[in-house]
Amino acid sequence: MQIFSCPFCGPRPETEFHFGGEAGNDRPGGGASVSAADWAAYLHLRDNPKGTAREIWMHTTCLEVFVMERDTLTMRAQPGHALGSHG
Amino acid sequence: MTAYRLPQGGEIDRTQPLRFTYDGRQVQGYAGDSYASALLASGETVLGRSFKYRRPRGIFGAGVEEPNIHADIRLKGHVYPNQRVTTEVAQDGAELRACGAAPGARSDRTRFVDLFSRFIPSGFYYKTFMRPNWHLFEPSIRAMAGLGRVDSTQPDALQGEQRNHHCDAVVVGAGPVGIAAALMLAEAGQSVVLCDDGTRAGGSLLSRAAVIDGMEGAAWLAQALDRLAEAGVTLLTRTTAFGVYDHGLIALNQRREGQADLLWRIRPQRIVLAAGAIERPLPFDRNDLPGILSAQAGLTYLRRYALVPGKRLVIAANNDTGEEILRVLRSAGAEATLIDTRKGTTIRSARGRQQVQGVTLSSGESIACDALLVSGGFTPTIHLHAQSGGKLDWDAAKLAFVPRPGTSAVISVGGAAGHFTLAEAFAALPAALGVGHAPQAEPQTYRVAEAWPRPGMKGRVWIDYQHDVTVKDVELAKRENFVSVEHLKRYTTLGMATDQGKTSNLQGLALMGALTGRTIPEVGTTTYRPPFTPVPLASFAGARSGSRMNPVRRLALEPQHRTAGATLGEYGGWLRPVHYGADDSAIQSEAKRARQTVGVYDASPLGKIEVMGRDAAEFVDFVYYNTMSTLKPGRCRYGFMLSEGGIVHDDGVLVRLDGGRFIVSCSSSHVASVHAMLEEWRQDRYPDRQIWIHDATAETATVTVSGPKALAVLKGAGIEAGDLAHMATGWTAIDGHELRVTRVSFTGDRSYELSIRQDLAPILWDRVIAAAKDEGGGAMGIEALMILRAEKGFIVIGKDTDGMTRPMDLGSDAPLRRKKADFLGRRSLTLPEAQRDDRNQLVGLIPADGQGLLPVGAHGIETRAGVKHSIGYVTSSYPGAGVDQPVALGLIERGAQRHGEEITLHHLGETRRARLVSPCFLDPNGERLDA
Repeated sequence: MQIFSCPFCGPRPETEFHFGGEAGNDRPGGGASVSAADWAAYLHLRDNPKGTAREIWMHTTCLEVFVMERDTLTMRAQPGHALGSHG
Repeated sequence: MTAYRLPQGGEIDRTQPLRFTYDGRQVQGYAGDSYASALLASGETVLGRSFKYRRPRGIFGAGVEEPNIHADIRLKGHVYPNQRVTTEVAQDGAELRACGAAPGARSDRTRFVDLFSRFIPSGFYYKTFMRPNWHLFEPSIRAMAGLGRVDSTQPDALQGEQRNHHCDAVVVGAGPVGIAAALMLAEAGQSVVLCDDGTRAGGSLLSRAAVIDGMEGAAWLAQALDRLAEAGVTLLTRTTAFGVYDHGLIALNQRREGQADLLWRIRPQRIVLAAGAIERPLPFDRNDLPGILSAQAGLTYLRRYALVPGKRLVIAANNDTGEEILRVLRSAGAEATLIDTRKGTTIRSARGRQQVQGVTLSSGESIACDALLVSGGFTPTIHLHAQSGGKLDWDAAKLAFVPRPGTSAVISVGGAAGHFTLAEAFAALPAALGVGHAPQAEPQTYRVAEAWPRPGMKGRVWIDYQHDVTVKDVELAKRENFVSVEHLKRYTTLGMATDQGKTSNLQGLALMGALTGRTIPEVGTTTYRPPFTPVPLASFAGARSGSRMNPVRRLALEPQHRTAGATLGEYGGWLRPVHYGADDSAIQSEAKRARQTVGVYDASPLGKIEVMGRDAAEFVDFVYYNTMSTLKPGRCRYGFMLSEGGIVHDDGVLVRLDGGRFIVSCSSSHVASVHAMLEEWRQDRYPDRQIWIHDATAETATVTVSGPKALAVLKGAGIEAGDLAHMATGWTAIDGHELRVTRVSFTGDRSYELSIRQDLAPILWDRVIAAAKDEGGGAMGIEALMILRAEKGFIVIGKDTDGMTRPMDLGSDAPLRRKKADFLGRRSLTLPEAQRDDRNQLVGLIPADGQGLLPVGAHGIETRAGVKHSIGYVTSSYPGAGVDQPVALGLIERGAQRHGEEITLHHLGETRRARLVSPCFLDPNGERLDA
């Protein structure tokens, strides 16, 4: 059982969190003009890094969505920080 | 083996005899015995059968390392399957049954199998039982496979318990080194938990001689335990630290007499591993015979249970511990001989059939004996170190893998660190712990010589007792090129039994090293994973069993439904009325009554997520497929929410109360996921905009009145709804309490959703039900509602849609063509896959063979070029209420263009014919909405 740190609630057990994907996977702008390849990359292609990963997580009890750095090798998790201008 | 008790000594209480049975035979012991010691003292030898060859087996160890004898223990109405007889405290009245033997270990029906042993080497199962089908052989092989039997008729299984605990340090193993470490930490002011899987603290001091700080071992132990108590150390016996998990979590399972096990979860600042070491057997022909024991186990039985394992003993050891055991046995009056294999003479083979009767040495000499104690060196118990990611180093002098310091969060000390003498172990403590002064012990020596299984050994030399892996099996694995240690393990099943190879893994990889010209560290070890010993599933489950496993949500009106005789069932996590009355024929009559007059149902679980703020309209436009920003205040609109992949995630009505306030009426079972999705997009895409989201589902109860008489019921209940139009919402009151009335319909009939603060729901319900009865109607359950919605072609997301369904497949393509704003999932809807013309589309189905209800899940089948293809399936099927025939919905390939066609359905061997029709079976022009 890992301990993750919500920017609002502090350290909580991992079962309270929901994975939201890799951070920085920005939604392509441009609507219908986005190429199928770019859209598919946004939907499906992930880096799955060995080592430091920047990820989006949601704390499902307070619904805060935040960015967290996690080491996929050592399992170390840095405290999360809020999205947008709050962060 | 002719084991006998000494007249005095040991931990047993001779004034308290106890009796239990083993395979039906009476066994006598004393309070303080383990089942193993009582069985040995009663002269029992053959207590189990080996996994594959069905060899007679006896007790080898005295603790968790025991590979041979496992039993199902029935005690006071509970069955504890697969227990090691060496670790369980003997209880009066217990009934034990050897695992994996029938009818019993002595009389096992399959004992002839050993005669054919040369035909069933490793891999035999994989190669032989493939044809025609493994499942043909599985039941009989499984019955022989040494597994315990769970009594599924057990009335009330013990419910496990769990505890979260906080402390500075957990010390694993209450032997002399663990006790010393706990004392040093506690006396430095730390809070300490000290646990041990044995019945009492002391570890090796309970059986081996020692002088510590000038005191005899037992005297030092007694005063150390007093000091532990004074220092406030929590001492847990019969408690196994079975796993170290991520972020420093250590899990302990505590056995408790007459109670379920207690699982401890602790995240200490540090974990000290003082779990000691496990003795290895020696390799020789027929080294698996009953009467061959680990030498340390023999010493334990002698010292702790006053039990001499035989009349004539042979001790064989490749290290210094042999001398000590010889001395102790002789001083107890036993006739014992020591074979020190370091001096060149080794055991070539053991003699005997049901038990050991003698040994033949490499010199050719024969010695008769009825018990053989073997010591092949010690393997540090480094499991917790390795589980937490620690690396190992090979110590060539000690012939052991030892923890590489600093590679894990676990600090290994004592035997677990490869310090096999107390003096060495104590001396290393202050540096390892960084605190205090350690006790001093008299120096001893520990020298060990190699005694690994060797290629080409004659006879049958067991490596893994529990899984019947011999030297020949490892040689075969080498010949078939399974030379990696992980392949060796999986091919031969070495170390894969419930003992996890505690006495065997190292010998297996030493032999593979010799066969392939590699050193032991070059071969390496397999991965260590929790649990160290088996843990009952009840411990992991804890209190989360039965109704607490997945608690249902309860309606505010549940008492009213119960009073009305409702049968309750779970729908989307909520406990809801299925129908009223015990008889499910009520479903049909409730549905018919609702079509004719009026039906009232509890719609409280329906989502009510409020989206508020100046920018709320722009936000809902983005999260809905449909254009929602143009919705006028006081109006409602039906729409879909999609995933970014364009798949329909939910459907429902969006209510606009005023310019900056919307209510998302999502499906009952999707409230949590829709709420989370809204929050994620709000925070990700609109972090600085004025949007607030609040889930008001639980605080609001909703009662829905549906049917031709719905308006009359509102009047009768004293609710003024005015001339509210379909798809409009407004505020009114009941008894002065605020009430929101929304005209939306999930039945196709005129319907009013009445939403009120949940604690006021009973007032509303009672009034509405009374008025409905006056109009010839009444309450209806969810199943009646399902009939009504299905015959209108109204879908339930996740039932009538699947993970491939786009909104166009449900007949909604206007927003994709007309909507100006971007929305969630939009680009996915224009990808070629979404635009295929052979997609499965929502369609109605009616039986075309006059045979009643179509089965849900039945696949439409078409034959193309001689091959059968599925063209989709039936998703919902009900008897009609407003129409006089069974109705069904389905997702069928090109279904929207095929109305009128007949198709063939297959379901569990049944073949049906169905006609594809419009999914709306009743009132296609919607005239009933204003009837």
